[in-house]
Amino acid sequence: MSGAASNSGIHARFRLDYADFSLDVDLQLPGRGVTALFGHSGSGKTTLLRCVAGLERSGLGQLTVNGERWQNNAQNLFVPPHRRSIGYVFQEANLFAHLSVSRNLEFGMRRVPAPQRRVALEQAVELLGIDHLLERMPDRLSGGERQRVGIARALLSSPRLLLMDEPLAALDLKRKSEILPYLERLHDELDIPVLYVSHSPDEVARLADHVVLLEQGRAIAQGELRETLARLDLPTAFSDDAGVVIEGEIASHDAHYHLTRLTFPGGEVLVSQRPEALGQRLRFRVHARDVSLALQRAEGSSITNLLPARVEAMVAADTPAHVLIRLDAGGTPLLARITRRSADQLAITPGQALWAQIKTVALLG
Amino acid sequence: MPLDSVALAAIWLTFKLASVTTLVLLLIGTPIAWWLARTTSRMKGPIGAVVALPLVLPPTVLGFYLLVAMGPNGFIGQFTQSIGLGTLPFTFAGLVVGSVFYSLPFVVQPLQNAFEAIGERPLEAAATLRAGPWDTFFSVVLPLARPGFITASILGFAHTVGEFGVVLMIGGNIPGQTRVVSVQIYDHVEAMEYAQAHWLAGGMLLFSFLVLLVLYGSRLKQGWRG
Repeated sequence: MSGAASNSGIHARFRLDYADFSLDVDLQLPGRGVTALFGHSGSGKTTLLRCVAGLERSGLGQLTVNGERWQNNAQNLFVPPHRRSIGYVFQEANLFAHLSVSRNLEFGMRRVPAPQRRVALEQAVELLGIDHLLERMPDRLSGGERQRVGIARALLSSPRLLLMDEPLAALDLKRKSEILPYLERLHDELDIPVLYVSHSPDEVARLADHVVLLEQGRAIAQGELRETLARLDLPTAFSDDAGVVIEGEIASHDAHYHLTRLTFPGGEVLVSQRPEALGQRLRFRVHARDVSLALQRAEGSSITNLLPARVEAMVAADTPAHVLIRLDAGGTPLLARITRRSADQLAITPGQALWAQIKTVALLG
Repeated sequence: MPLDSVALAAIWLTFKLASVTTLVLLLIGTPIAWWLARTTSRMKGPIGAVVALPLVLPPTVLGFYLLVAMGPNGFIGQFTQSIGLGTLPFTFAGLVVGSVFYSLPFVVQPLQNAFEAIGERPLEAAATLRAGPWDTFFSVVLPLARPGFITASILGFAHTVGEFGVVLMIGGNIPGQTRVVSVQIYDHVEAMEYAQAHWLAGGMLLFSFLVLLVLYGSRLKQGWRG
């Protein structure tokens, strides 16, 4: 089936009205990479994901995924979930309690004709590191293990689109960091487009290439990850958590001070020594609240990460005491959250050149 | 001899009736229970109440209506006559029909509870893993609802074994055809044959106790494991 819409990418237009909630979106999403559906709870991100999967039948609209039409209510077209080539990772794994791990893994795989299988059992087992769990029953797994099995099970149905509904939300911090590397490998090694629902800015910053910001059932912004995170007009979604994501390359290690130097267009930062080899790329987040501004290059300061930058714009922040300033550090966007008083004292104006002092760099890896 | 050929015939008939009834009940009770467990229709309440009626109705009332319905002028009777089966009262088939109505809630309710306990989530997981509705029912719902099916079968069987009023109303007392154990006991007592009545009544008592022991014993075990 080939739709009239473009052949690559995801076109999703949905309307859904409940008594206390409505969803109304019209999205054109890239057909590859990880797209984060980001928003607070109640913003409609899970509902949107369920509409894409066909699990939410009351959602009316159109859905085309890489040229395949899955839904068009105007033409009475609704492909039921089991005929959509999707993989769905549920918030709490949702494994079949009566089947062992290996039978769970085979469930979707066996229902896909052999020629259409693109992920081998061994590959998925290795990718998620669940080799030692195959004979166990789901109730003998930890939360993190269960979630890894759930992800492998979804991959084994060789989906053309992977849908992940806050796969880490039910896990504690330790389990999260146990799974994140597997998700990154997924991203790097398999060429399956992913819709990733999350309310965690860190997860989004670490995994996503593209982000859709949802609020009260509406998409208030979408775009490439770094661009979108650096936008000033979206304070409500990120509020206190405003910040940018920068991808840097490991340029050198300093064995004496145990530091690693990361370079990126427009500057470099020093971070605690990393195990990765030279040339490896790493994402890190710079929170707006961790960036302060100075007119001169500060001498005699303990802050090591200083970047020359140019003021692009300034808006009110989430409190009347603060402002958010968007900076251009040699091609890399930065956000700074400073007090209105400081902004007045520095006489911040667009185009002004100054120094951005970065107190903390949150590495995402 | 404690159990003569008449008694053995009654026991065999009871066993046959309970087996056939349980089988029929599993076949028709499963879709009813599935519908009741999953529907959001406004008919859920009324249908559920109709299914539960035999729990509170005197068996003679149920038997009376069935007798009328299956009789030559009743709607069931006219149907069975039109397809050449004659009328059902005072036949084994009639007893099966009566027992199916009488034991319906004992099969539907455990199944409904089991289906409700499974919930939406495993069904959604199966759907996203390419399993169609029938496939999902057999590969996910049936195995997950197994304890419910066991409970339903045991209760349906045991309740049919213990049936008396409905049998008497629509089956009468025909040896080898409709005279089940409970009716046989009644006959013995009427004829002052207390010794024979004791053997059968004691047997029923033991049977019922064992059934409940198996049922509650297995539930306890499940409780400990979970």
